[in-house]
Amino acid sequence: MKMTMFKVLGTSALLSAMSVGSAFATECIAPANPGGGWDFTCRQIANIMYEVKAIDAPMQVTNMAGGGGGVAFSAVVADHNTDPDVIVAASSATTTRLAQNAYAGMTADQVRFVGAIGADPGVIVVAKDSPFQNLGDMVAAIKADPASVAFAGGSAVGGFDHMKPLQIMKAAGFNDITKIKYIGVDGGADAITQTVGGFTQAMTGDMSEIVGFIKSGDVRVLAVLTEERVPGFEDIPTAREQGFDVVAVNWRGVYVPKGISDDQFNTWATRLKAVADSEQWKTAMAENGLAPFTKVGADFQTWVDGVIADTVTLSKEIGVIQ
Amino acid sequence: MDLLNNLALGFSIALSPYTLVLAVIGCFVGTIIGALPGLGPSNGVALLIPISFSMGFDAISALVLLTSVYYGAMYGGRISSILLNIPGDEPAMMTTLDGYPMAKQGKAGDALVVSGVASFVGAFLATVGLMLMAPWLARVAFKFGPAEYFALYMLAFCTLGGVGSNNQAKSAMAACIGLGIAMIGLDKTTNMQRFTFGNLHLFDGIDFLVAIVGLFAVSEVFHFIETHGKNSAIGVKLGKVLIPWKMLNDTKGAMLRGSGIGFLAGILPGAGASLGSFLAYMGEKSISNDKASFGKGNPRGVAAPEAGNNAAAGGALIPMLTLGVPGSGTTAVLLALLLTLNITPGPLLFTERPDVVWSLIAALLIANVMLLIMNVPMVKVFVKILSVPSYILLPGVTMIAFVGIYSLTGSSFDMMLMVGFGVLGYVCRKIDIPTVPIILGILLGNAMEDNLRRAMILSDGDWTYLFSSPIAIGFWIAAVLGFLAPIFLRQFVKKPPLPTTDED
Repeated sequence: MKMTMFKVLGTSALLSAMSVGSAFATECIAPANPGGGWDFTCRQIANIMYEVKAIDAPMQVTNMAGGGGGVAFSAVVADHNTDPDVIVAASSATTTRLAQNAYAGMTADQVRFVGAIGADPGVIVVAKDSPFQNLGDMVAAIKADPASVAFAGGSAVGGFDHMKPLQIMKAAGFNDITKIKYIGVDGGADAITQTVGGFTQAMTGDMSEIVGFIKSGDVRVLAVLTEERVPGFEDIPTAREQGFDVVAVNWRGVYVPKGISDDQFNTWATRLKAVADSEQWKTAMAENGLAPFTKVGADFQTWVDGVIADTVTLSKEIGVIQ
Repeated sequence: MDLLNNLALGFSIALSPYTLVLAVIGCFVGTIIGALPGLGPSNGVALLIPISFSMGFDAISALVLLTSVYYGAMYGGRISSILLNIPGDEPAMMTTLDGYPMAKQGKAGDALVVSGVASFVGAFLATVGLMLMAPWLARVAFKFGPAEYFALYMLAFCTLGGVGSNNQAKSAMAACIGLGIAMIGLDKTTNMQRFTFGNLHLFDGIDFLVAIVGLFAVSEVFHFIETHGKNSAIGVKLGKVLIPWKMLNDTKGAMLRGSGIGFLAGILPGAGASLGSFLAYMGEKSISNDKASFGKGNPRGVAAPEAGNNAAAGGALIPMLTLGVPGSGTTAVLLALLLTLNITPGPLLFTERPDVVWSLIAALLIANVMLLIMNVPMVKVFVKILSVPSYILLPGVTMIAFVGIYSLTGSSFDMMLMVGFGVLGYVCRKIDIPTVPIILGILLGNAMEDNLRRAMILSDGDWTYLFSSPIAIGFWIAAVLGFLAPIFLRQFVKKPPLPTTDED
């Protein structure tokens, strides 16, 4: 019996140690369960920042899932507003949701965006047997009959993946964007499955989600939504060079609490720069289909403000927000 | 020969004393995590990921540890289902239906051995299936679009009647309660809020683990308090565990059929282990000559869902490894692990990283054999954990339930919600509404709705799209039969005896 109690207690002690324990100086909050982009960002930053000695004690990674990042956002605003030791992983999804008021009334100016260290380039993909050879073919088909092409993507309607084809069609001078068909499925791989299976005609997503499928030859990438072609994928044309001026990348970065001093903000910016410049991060990016995209400090905050303003405009047009 | 070479490669990597120790630890921890209500395989694995990082494991060691936990939890879930009538995790839910009645009849040991062997058979066959046919089976996922998934979920709901209660109307009502609860949260198609009242904690909807622990474990506590511990589920005695050869022989068909159904459900992303065990149970019941004995302690009702959920656990690895599409919550966490180890699952994983794939397969086989040893001859060790006097066990279960749920979300809100589900479960028990369909409604409701709406977007609102492929039509026919057959057959079969009211 003693043994039994010991086991029960032991298990719960183990559990509480895992969920509470924090003898660490700095903390990265991943606003989602382990896995996925935010968790990846935190774990890589935590490892590399310590390895390159930008911080002198290991960084704690905490998963705080819920509300599509909203739970962590509200926790930072409410409980950590002046905490100089906490950073939170963020990406395009964070700013899209803030722009669309999906965080229960909280706004982007309640935190400070400190930097991005890489980006997952947006892509438009079709199955290998698709009649579309380039982005122009697809745009022409949609203009002729918007119902003939359905997109699958890993985000909900109005989410980042949905915005990419809408931006392309707008760039092509097609303004009836509510006619464009889009279904949101559970992640990019699922969207690929639906497209290869022929249920949708195209997939909109991120480069990292399709790397395996490009190599296996199941899909054809019509365009990558970056300014330049992506290193390692030089044969994939950009949308811009095909005449559609759209750049959409899913950046990977972090925000910090609003109430910290400018010095503390700049300290984080410097540390992030050290991660972005490290060999370890370059390797991790290459293995995960990320492209270099470094913006830190005040530059990044300005850029984020611009992106949010654009998202608000587009979201109003498709009726996601009023 | 290729296969044997690959397997040898896998074993040569996975079979070192160090990894074997990890596998033993993983299996043991996994079984306990599975057996404890509130801790399922997905949060068990999720909790261990940070640990394996801080221990600095390499990819293979981390995989061995976590897949052992994964399979261990699938085995462990059944223990509390049978002994306490509280499923240790969601796929073990179906095992309560016949497992607990068996335990009450003094056949707890038999039920544990049969379910342990069934788990082994299911998991073993699924691992073999994964080994032989993974790249080919991955193509099955391409055949399933929104219409096919919707029809599949429809099949599950149509066969719901008669689960856990003898009253079909009450089952249907319970399923509707579950579907209603599933509507809470952000609508995935448009990202609009539904029934959230602006509360961030409700944005992601109700976590089914919260519902399960509330409906089963917390309501059990209320019942226990009311009856002062008499007639409570807690405290079923386990006699000497003997191997019931005859029972094993009688249930081998159920195990094989359960494995097949579970494996197929596992391969489909979005179906998963819960649907696998549910369909395995319903399938077994529907071909049985003795339907009335299901729900009253039929060993086949234990063997089929256990084989089903373990086979589904193996099957779910196929889309995860070959497409990067996780077939269940736990494989989503394993996928996360692979990505953090810089291994990107996809169509080329088998050719590009054979070391990873085949050592994973070897790890699964090792874990499975260990788990059989742990769970059949050594089952008493685990049972001891659950067979302490109820005045100690019950507070313990409650505490673990709260800790487990808190570790999931880190918010007190979910704990309040869990207590709320406890009250709901208690009320349902009083008026004899089964709680299993409520959970199924919560589990499958969103996916069913999302697929219907995707189908409607793709077809511009044309309903005939739902019947547009042979696979979908097949599911529809099975669904209609599953729904009508019991009603129709009732006229020919002797009217079932009035529900024997349990003491509770």
